[in-house]
Formats: sequence, C-alpha cells, structure tokens
Amino acid sequence: MSNKKHITLSVNGKTEEFLAEPRELLIYTLRERLNITGPHIGCETSHCGACTVTIDGKSVKSCTMFAVQAEGAEITTIEGIGGPDDLHPLQEAFKEHHGLQCGYCTPGMITRATKLLEENPNPTEEEIRFGMAGNICRCTGYQNIVKSIQAAATEMNAAKEAAE
Amino acid sequence: MKDEITREERVDNLKGMGCSRKRVEDARFTQGKGNYVDDLKLDGMLFGDFVRSPYAHARIKNIDTAAALEVPGVLAVLTAKDLEPLGLHWMPTLAGDKQMVLADGKVLFQGQEVAFVVAEDRYAAADGIELVEVEYEELPVIVNPFEALQSDVVLREDLVAEDGSIPDGAHGPRKHPNHIFTWDAGDKAPTEEVIASAEVVAEETMYYHRTHPCPLETCGCVASMDKVNGKLTLWGTFQAPHAIRTVVSLISGIEEHNIRVISPDIGGGFGNKVGAYPGYVCSVVASIVTGKPVKWIEDRMDNLMTTAFARDYHMTGKIAATPEGKITGLHCHVTADHGGFDACADPTKFPAGFMNICTGSYDIPTAYLEVDGVYTNKAPGGVSYRCSFRVTEAVYFIERMIEVLAIKLDMDAAELRRINFIKKEQFPYTAALGWEYDSGDYHTAWDKALKAVDYEGLRAEQAQRVADFKAGKTRKLMGIGLSFFTEIVGAGPVKNCDILGLGMFDSCEIRIHPTGSAIARLGTISQGQGHATTFAQILASEIGLPADSITIEEGDTDTAPYGLGTYGSRSTPVAGAATAMAGRKIRAKAQMIAAYLLEVHDNDVEFDVDRFVVKGAPEKFKTMKEIAFAAYNQAIPGIEPGLEAVSYYDPPNMTYPFGAYVCVMDIDVDTGVPDIRRFYALDDCGTRINPMIIEGQVHGGLTEALAVALGQEIAYDDMGNCKTGTLMDFFLPTAWEVPNYETDYTVTPSPHHPIGAKGVGESPHVGGVPCFSNAVQDAFRPFGNTHTNMPHDHWRIWKTANDLGLHD
Amino acid sequence: MIPAAFEYYRPTDMAGVLSILAEHGDDARVMAGGHSLIPMMKLRMADVPHLIDLQDVGGMSDITVGADSITIGAMVTQHDIIDNAELTAAAPILREAALQIADPQVRYIGTVGGNVANGDPGNDMPGLMQCLNASFTVVGPDGTREVAAREFYEAAYMTAREDDEVLTQVTIPLPAGGYAYEKQKRKIGDYATAAAAVQIVKEGGSCVSASIAMTNLSDTPVYSDAAGAALVGTAVDDAAINAAIAAMLGDIDPTEDNRGPVAFKKHVAGVILRRAIARARSRA
Repeated sequence: MSNKKHITLSVNGKTEEFLAEPRELLIYTLRERLNITGPHIGCETSHCGACTVTIDGKSVKSCTMFAVQAEGAEITTIEGIGGPDDLHPLQEAFKEHHGLQCGYCTPGMITRATKLLEENPNPTEEEIRFGMAGNICRCTGYQNIVKSIQAAATEMNAAKEAAE
Repeated sequence: MKDEITREERVDNLKGMGCSRKRVEDARFTQGKGNYVDDLKLDGMLFGDFVRSPYAHARIKNIDTAAALEVPGVLAVLTAKDLEPLGLHWMPTLAGDKQMVLADGKVLFQGQEVAFVVAEDRYAAADGIELVEVEYEELPVIVNPFEALQSDVVLREDLVAEDGSIPDGAHGPRKHPNHIFTWDAGDKAPTEEVIASAEVVAEETMYYHRTHPCPLETCGCVASMDKVNGKLTLWGTFQAPHAIRTVVSLISGIEEHNIRVISPDIGGGFGNKVGAYPGYVCSVVASIVTGKPVKWIEDRMDNLMTTAFARDYHMTGKIAATPEGKITGLHCHVTADHGGFDACADPTKFPAGFMNICTGSYDIPTAYLEVDGVYTNKAPGGVSYRCSFRVTEAVYFIERMIEVLAIKLDMDAAELRRINFIKKEQFPYTAALGWEYDSGDYHTAWDKALKAVDYEGLRAEQAQRVADFKAGKTRKLMGIGLSFFTEIVGAGPVKNCDILGLGMFDSCEIRIHPTGSAIARLGTISQGQGHATTFAQILASEIGLPADSITIEEGDTDTAPYGLGTYGSRSTPVAGAATAMAGRKIRAKAQMIAAYLLEVHDNDVEFDVDRFVVKGAPEKFKTMKEIAFAAYNQAIPGIEPGLEAVSYYDPPNMTYPFGAYVCVMDIDVDTGVPDIRRFYALDDCGTRINPMIIEGQVHGGLTEALAVALGQEIAYDDMGNCKTGTLMDFFLPTAWEVPNYETDYTVTPSPHHPIGAKGVGESPHVGGVPCFSNAVQDAFRPFGNTHTNMPHDHWRIWKTANDLGLHD
Repeated sequence: MIPAAFEYYRPTDMAGVLSILAEHGDDARVMAGGHSLIPMMKLRMADVPHLIDLQDVGGMSDITVGADSITIGAMVTQHDIIDNAELTAAAPILREAALQIADPQVRYIGTVGGNVANGDPGNDMPGLMQCLNASFTVVGPDGTREVAAREFYEAAYMTAREDDEVLTQVTIPLPAGGYAYEKQKRKIGDYATAAAAVQIVKEGGSCVSASIAMTNLSDTPVYSDAAGAALVGTAVDDAAINAAIAAMLGDIDPTEDNRGPVAFKKHVAGVILRRAIARARSRA
C-alpha cells in the first residue's frame, strides 16, 4: 500500500521533482522537503490561514491539500513574492504600518493579500476585512493589517498609473 | 569642531525613546525568513509525539507497545515505566506541585500524555501512536470544583497519606483530598464587620470561564544531546529560557553549564509558553536515549486540550457602601479550578497570583480575599493569558462589582467610579490587600475618556433606545461598557517574587564596539512585542548611539545574561530598567573618557543627546562614537580598556499601568448577536517608548479581550470531554468580527522606574474583558439584569434577553 | 495531525472512477477539493484506504445557464459561483449563499459537488438546493440517474448516493421571484447556528409560490413544504409569515451543541426565517 508518487511542482518559479507518499500534505512538502519555511502551520483544520500559498492563481490553505493533488501546479509562497532586493509593496506596507507583531501569520497574510489586491485593486475596508477573513492573527487585532493593505493598494495603483 | 546638524536632528537620528521607530524584526518576518522552532531541521532529527488519553479519569491497566514498535521507522515508545528509573516520570510544576510526565498508573484529564512515540519521521510517529494499545479502566469524572470538594472520589491519590490523612501542600494545609490550598489576603473580621453593618451591600456570584491563550504557533521543542561533549541543546518556544535551563538541570541532573536553551522566534505566547511541559522532558530523554536530535511540536488540539488553560475562577463578591456610593468594604471568595495538577505559573508566594489587586482603582479601606484551589479532571495550567498573574480575573471581578453596586444604588456607574477612585495625591497608595500603587492620576484619565466619547450623549441615546424598544420600534438594545483598570506588572521585587526559588530580577549586558555600534543582550524574550526595536530605543536615549546601530539579542542562555523571561508585562518594567541602568554605567565610564579626551575634570562635562560637552562650552565635545573608539584604542590612565556594562535589576516595586475604556455595543435581542459600534481605549503606561508599538499592543490586547468576553472558552462535558479542541469551536476572531479601535493616552511616569515606563502589552486585555462584558450587561440593565456570566456568545446573550422576558 | 496512509488515484475519466469504486466499495472515497474530507482524515475520523481525486476527470467544471434550467458541474467551486455574473443574474441566491460559506481560501477549493454530496448537515448548499428544487445527477455502474435534492438526504452523512456512485452535476430549474439566503453563525468559517433559503414568487400582491429550506437544524437539511405552503395565496403579511415559521418549526429537529441549546436554535431559526422571508418578499 501507499506507493510513493512521482510529483512535479513549480515552486516560486523553480521546478521541483520528488517522490512522496500520497498522504504528504503540501505544507510539509514545502517546509520539510523543500525547506521553504515561510508558510506556517497554525490550526491544521483550514481555519487559520498561516499556511496560505498561491496555487495556480488561487489562495490555498496548504495544510489541507496533499502534495499529490498539486501535481503540475504553479505555487507561490511568501519567498516568491519578494526578497531583499525586490520587496513587494505589501511587504513594505506591513513594515511601515506595523501590520505584524510575532510574524507567524504574516507570510500567509501577505500571500493572501497579494491575491486579494489582484482581484480587487481598490478594496474598501469592509472588502479587505471580508477578503482577509481566512487568515487569523492573534497579535495585531487586524487594524494595522487593514491599514497596511490599504497603503499597499494605494502604492500599487500609483505605480501602475505612473507606468501607463 | 563644527556641528553640521542641529540638536533636534541629532535627537531624531538616535531614534530613541518616544518615537515610532519602525520595527527591525519585520524585514525577516515579511519575507518568510523568521526562525521558529518548527523551522529547525537537524541531521538525523527524529520526531516524537504522544499517545494521549481519551478519558478524563481512568486507571491504566496495561500499555502494549509491541505493535507500535513494529511500524517501520518507529524507534522507541516511552512510558512512565521507562522514565521511572531516571526519576523523570513526574516533574515539578511551577506552582510547587508535581505533574506526571507520562501517565503513572492513571490519567487525570482528557488528552493527558500516556506514551511518547519516537520515530524517524512524523508519519511513522503518527502511525505508531495508533497502534499503542492502552487498557483503561474508567473512573468517576469530576469537572466541577464544588463537587470535587464534596466528593469521595480522590483524584490525586499520590497526595493522600497511607493512613488517609491529607499532608500539607506547597501552600499550606489542605482540607480535602481534592483541595490544593487556601490563600488569603487582607483583614477578614473587620471586612465582615463592615459588610454586616453597611447600609448598602451588593452581592454577586460570577464565573470567569476557562479559556486558553492559543498563540498561532503551538508549543514545541527540539532537544539535541551531544554525547561526545556531554552538551544538551534545547530549542523551544520558551517565554523563560533561563528558567527552563535551570529546571532541566534540576530534574535531569545535567549541570547547567552543559545545557544550552535557545528560544528562537516565537509565534506568540500570551502565557502559553511559560510553563514546562511533558513534551520537553520526553524530547530530552528521547534524545539522550537515541543520541539524536528529537523534535516535538504540538498540534492545535494538543495545544488547546493540554497545555496552559487560563482563568476558571468561580468568584463571589460582597461590596459595601454608603447610600451616597462611597465604598467601605470588599469581600471576595474564589474557588479556583486548577485541573488535574497544579501547574499555575505564579510567583511562589502567590498561589492565586496577584488576585489581591482586586480592590482595583478604588480607595477601599477594608477588604478581604480568600482563594481555594481545587483539583478536577481537567487539563492543568492556570497561566496568565495576556495579563500579569490573575490580574484579568481581579479586574473583571472589581469592575463587575462596581456595576452591580451601581445598580443597587441606582447610580450611574461612571459617577460611582469617579467618587471612589484613589486620588492623585494619595499616591503612593497602599491598598487594603497590601500592594503599594506607585502612581496614578485616575480622575484625569476618566474625565478625558468620558469627554472623548460624549458619555452624556451616549446615555441620552441609550435612554431613547430603551424607550423605542419598549414602544416596539426597535429590537436592538444599546450597551455602554465602562471599565477603569489598574494593572500590577513587572514582577518583581525579589523580596516577594520568585518562581521555584528563582528571583524575578532581569538583566541586560551591553558591549559597545570600537566603531560606535553595540550589542545588548537581555534575559527576556520577545514573542512579537518588538524588543529588538524598543530596547534599542531605550539604549539609544541612554548612551547616545543610534538605535539603528544597536543589535538586541535575547533567548540564548549561552550568551544572554540570566533573566526570568517575558510574561506578566515584565519586560519593560524589569529588563527595560536593567537596560537603562546598564546604559547609565556605560555613560558613566564614557564621561570619564570624554573628560580625559577634552582635558577637563569629570564633573566639567555633561551628557547631551549623543555626546559629552564641556559645561558652558558646547563647541567642545566628544561624541559617543569618538568615545567608544578611544575606549578601545587609546591608553587612558586609570581606566581599563573597553566599554561594556551589565546590570541585574531587582525592581523596588511593581509598576501600575492604568486605563479607561469605553465600548458602545448594539445588541440584537432576538438573535443574541452583538455589534461593537465603538471602542475607545485610553492607556497610561507611564513613559511611552514607542507609540506605534504601544498602539499595536492595545489593538491586539483588545481583540483578545473581545474574544474572551464574547465567546472564547475551553468547555467540557460531564464526562470531561473537551468540547472546544479545534478552531471551529474555539473562538479566535477574524478581521471580519473585529472593530476599529480608538486609542488615547495620558502619561503618569512610574516614580521608581529608571525611565518611568510601566508596561503595556497586557493592559488592553485586562481592561478590555470587563469593558466588553459590561457593555453587554449594561444593555440589559434597564430591564433588570444585574449580572450574567461570560462568554457572551450569541446563545448566552439570547438567554439573558429570554430570561428577562424580552422575547415574550 | 497526519492522516493514515492511503492509495491515491487520479483517473482521467468517469469509467476509471467507477471501476475503482467498484473494486474497493466503501473503502474508496471520491474527493473534489478535499476541504471537508482532508481535515477528517487528518483527525483520523475518516478512514479512506483508497482516495480518488476527481480533478482530472473533466466535464464537471461548467456552469451553464439555459432557458429553463441551470446546470452546475460537481467540480465548480464556491468561488466560481461567486465570480460568475451570468449565474448571479439568473439565480442570485447562489452567490448570496456562497459568500456565506467558510472563507476566501476555502471557497477557491470547496466545490458544489462536495458540498451537496457529503451529507454534512452543516453544509449550506444542500438546503439551498432543496429550496431551489434542484436535482443531482448521479453516475454509477448501472448508468446515470437523477435524484431530487429534496429526496437525497437520509441522515447525517447518509444520502441516496450509493457507495459506488459519483455525484457529477446539479440541475436547478431557473428560479423566479424574490430570494434570500440568511445565515447566523458565530464567526467566519463557522457552520450555521441557523440558516434559511427562501424563494418567493408574487403576482399582483399575492404569493403564488414559495420555497423554504433550513440548514443545520436537523441531521439533514430541512425542506419545509408546509412553510412554503403557508405563504402561498397570502400577501406574505405578518400572519402568513408567522404561519410559515410555525410550520417550519414543526419540521426541524435541532440538537444542542456549542452554538447553543435547542430552544435557542429554534428561536433563532424562526428569526432567521422571518428575516429571509422579509428580504425575499422585498425582492419579489
């Protein structure tokens, strides 16, 4: 039973191939097999969103998906969103507006927010709160997270306008 | 030398105290480069996980590990029998009790650790757990502490002598096998006398429900025993790494210098990560046995069901007053449910923490508090969830009693508070239950808060709403929640605060580098509070080097000076003070160096922002950067080279932050759904080090308060089954359920703290819980409500309305 | 939380799915998004030795709005429903309900098929589909059959679908009139304390048809024929609404849980239904 499966994923633009048991959850693939430890494990029942990654353009809780389900998928984690030389406006905004404290929810929070702003570049506060409701933060009370996302949206829209 | 920039610019360049310096921690966290314990991966690392009891009370007849050991990858299954020869099948708790590391003949709560499966990976460990066969014989379950004190069922047979007598516990005589301690404070007879003879007495019984700190990161560790060098390294989610090192040394016999405890980044603590848990002990043993690193990480159910509950206080109060509302006496009795083991994390002399701050912000001449601790078949813990030791319970108690008294007196609750506040001129104020409040200006804060929310306007609106409701025009009621709290934080003076005999001082060690940057190490550990940012700000102001040139390091016992860790809002009051004091030692030496360099007497130079200047000749100066270089590179007669300092700070007193909160809530009477329309929070935490971080702490603390007041609980059924083991049922609010908060402040510096700071992380939780609760209760006050218990989830609010006949 | 080991299959057509189901009987389970099943497997409350991932089967991801009916493939997600303007124009109650399910991440993955086929009384789509008088297409070894949503649910996690069958499509008669999906829950991500799906058609001030179904108030969704009937022929005035609520209360059978005791749930069910009817009436 439980023959290992050959799995190919594209993670942050890099092709990863490996053999894994079907029961290997995607979050463990990322964290333990690929050493991509930005996404975290919080609740394990798809409530907290600390494990959020983007899979083929969707925000997904990677603790509730087997790696084998993601065969062939393109995956982006916080590590693929921006680094020291190319910080994403959301990463800048979270720093600027104190949108994090312990930092544990932050990778999932920012990853989810990238998708939210992609779908809705001008969200109202209510839309941000609704669109971020799959990510729990225990530290900030969300007020500065909302502020950070609003600021990033403004920044991104201005940059877009300047480019046009 | 000519100065290129103004003094104001020099101050700004330091990014010292009082500015909203951006956090230095955030670069790594926003890029997914935090370093949490579960991120750690060592060569050959094994995984350990627990077989847990499905029963709340049962005798263990047999444990068969054979099938589990057959699972490929499973290397060992530890049981109490394996730990017994090492003397590690039980461990001491922080409260002077002992706790089974692995079930020794019986289990006392659901989820209790029964066996530890060690495997090559987490999959094999999980499969092994399924195959450990444990034969249980169920015993009668007690989940109610009042029943426990009447029952013939003995939970802790180990604490009853062979002749049936009940030996004293760590906190004195016990009056029943299931009784842990009686602890009291104040004057019993005089208080009873005042209450008996008072013209007005309000009485109330309230239950502060069991809940849990539930940080987003669960508890966990990696133990690595290097048998070649005899060194044990233990990484883990420890809010008190040095204390953990000492405890590990005491129970394992490994000398303390051979143990290195490291707290890496911690994903929130809120009290959950203060204690020592069986997982730590088992990981250490497993690493010693296998010679390999062993990782243990709780899953969320383990976390909610087994490590560190909070609260669970059954409180009965009597408050006496004159007809005009002047409070004359307060009596409080608590029956405290501690679960199967007494693992409360309190200073040794305070088995009920600082519950004796329960006279609150009021000048109450006579008071008495008595607390009975009781064993039940529930998980151990009793930690201070985002508060100093049991202060949340104390403040909730007094802030509810005030409301109950206001109802009895038919008085406005804001006015009742005002006429009973300790007056500014009474500080330092010694309360009836013993604490000496260092400072406060309650009337100013209260007036500012009430004015900010237009309190009278709110009351007028509420009166109109009640009229409309009675006229059938609306089904929504409006509640105005008030709370005024005084925290007691910064444990604490070694003369009365220790944990397991470890004095609760804290520490800071500073090294200035020759080029004028620095590293400072502290005995505390941040879990999101931003220590690396704020402690550098304290130092910047004290030693005149830019905060950006100062690295703050915590959490590694091999490098950091000994300290008792971060909880109870003690970091700023204690380690923050140590930081300032160490900085002043640096400055004192720098002054001598500067004087030498400027060729004047020591007393002829004075410190100015980032330099020493010759008094009366400000154009003659040496910057701290220059002084640092000289300290290392210039032979100065009578002064040894280098620029370093260490301070161990034993605070002379606690600090007493306070605040005034107002919540406006609309309540749907028919569904029980509350809607928070407005929340105003005024905090006075003394000197403000970083306003941005203070505001963030307030937002977070209020949100945890909202959760606790409005739904967050650890609930059990009669069989001791935990009903709230996942985040479906354990209420952590999302962005959708949380309002925006208005923050405000006054500044009343602590007179005994070197920089006047008091601590703020926990105030909003302490003050927030009664404020949210009072808002709910206040909505129903016009209809005869006196008190209902939290959590005010939909059905309980609905029940309040229903009991008052509002659905008829 | 690690699930027990299992065998994973990813067939590319329905024949492949059915043959695996035939071979392994109730040891096999099909999975769409897995957001209901995987947590149960992690908690080891569901034992699934053979897991069949449907994502490569194809043909189950379309939303088609026809002249008389709407078809929704089983693999259509909640997010697809929210995002589909044509569907929202034709049957706006679907979007209104889908937005109240779980959270954004879960809605990207959670499917209509999984939601209706699972038989979880907490799921919102089953009651909604009963309200809309949908039918489910079920494919098995003996071919394809249609089962009315109102006949589908037998008990918690027990449905008219046999172990060797797969639910492939939902067909909804084009709804008419006013609608509302009203749900009370403790927080985002929670199941309903009580939820009501209502469709009302009015002609000349009088209700000509009404359909009412309730969620998480019994071990199955509750389609209350009597509640709908109480509105028909009335102006949907207070008296009629009271009668509908009374009828609905006779059909539900809630149990106590962490959301509250039975009396509370019944009361809230009445309040929620009243609000849903009022909102549907205002849109009719």
